[in-house]
Amino acid sequence: MPDAASSSLHGEDAVLAGGHVHSPGLRHHFEDMDQQQEAGSLGMWIFLVTEIMFFGGVFAAYAVYRSLYLPGFEGGSRLLDIRLGATNTAVLIGSSLTMAMAVHSAQTGKKKALVTFLILTMMLGAVFLGIKYVEWSTDWTMGLVPGLHWAPVEEIHGNPPLGSVEMFFSFYFVMTGLHALHMIVGLGIMTVMTILSARGRFSPQYYAPIEVSGLYWHFVDIVWIFLFPLLYLIGGRY
Amino acid sequence: MSGHIVPVRVYIAVFLALLFFTGLTTWVAFVDLGAMNTVVALAIAVTKMLLVVLIFMHLRYSPGLTKVVIVTSIFFLALLMSLTLADVFTRQWTPTPSGWGSPAPTSQNR
Repeated sequence: MPDAASSSLHGEDAVLAGGHVHSPGLRHHFEDMDQQQEAGSLGMWIFLVTEIMFFGGVFAAYAVYRSLYLPGFEGGSRLLDIRLGATNTAVLIGSSLTMAMAVHSAQTGKKKALVTFLILTMMLGAVFLGIKYVEWSTDWTMGLVPGLHWAPVEEIHGNPPLGSVEMFFSFYFVMTGLHALHMIVGLGIMTVMTILSARGRFSPQYYAPIEVSGLYWHFVDIVWIFLFPLLYLIGGRY
Repeated sequence: MSGHIVPVRVYIAVFLALLFFTGLTTWVAFVDLGAMNTVVALAIAVTKMLLVVLIFMHLRYSPGLTKVVIVTSIFFLALLMSLTLADVFTRQWTPTPSGWGSPAPTSQNR
């Protein structure tokens, strides 16, 4: 956005030549702030639709291969640490709460709370990636990385064909890897949002960037909400 | 002004519900429900997704146009899933036409 326009985004409403009051954050091609906000959110949702179809393709492939090689997928799933998976799910849910609170703070014009909640969101995101790193390191030492270090040292439940377990771990690394990549992008977005928030760029009249960044963060949380049961839980652990 | 402001207690309630469902789905993974284990796990995941989408992502308070876009994307996701799986699950229903060579590809030798 042009600096001249954004620098006047906060502060009092400007009275234009016509005599009617405009919010200073309003772009001239929108009727009012409501319409501008809704257009921005809709645009973000359209982007998220492309993300849904992107991850949808991976999920569809997972469904096909799981149905073809069920014993290998169940055996592979049992090698994952369900406690770390559940902990990470809780961590991400916590980050979604702090993100929602950040949007709330922006809406109510609490700048300090906004910055605090954005930083909390980033910290929880970093904790998630840290736990993921611990899991991936363990997978490496257990020889569970297809292509790079594939030599499983542990006995696999039900002794399924090793190739089908390797297929499960290929999906595991592609799915968690793509998800982690989205988390890293999210951390970058949140860094920018924190800086802009600290500079006082947002107000109850104009907080669209915080709102759409929140949509992205929650979307990445939802992807994990599905990855957790698909990868960790449905391996027949009973 | 623009945007519906959701009360903080609603966010906290959704957060607690999401934690509860995470605990529930983890616990149920250790209970033998046969084929229902997958169904229950996915049903809980869909419930959690709805909580996040409707409240955290403000869909409940969004204009109809946004809702139409999301429902449409779910429709196309369902098309992607159902047509792909319809192919895979029905391959064994009909015999391989003669002259196509044998044995027919199966999940084991593909």
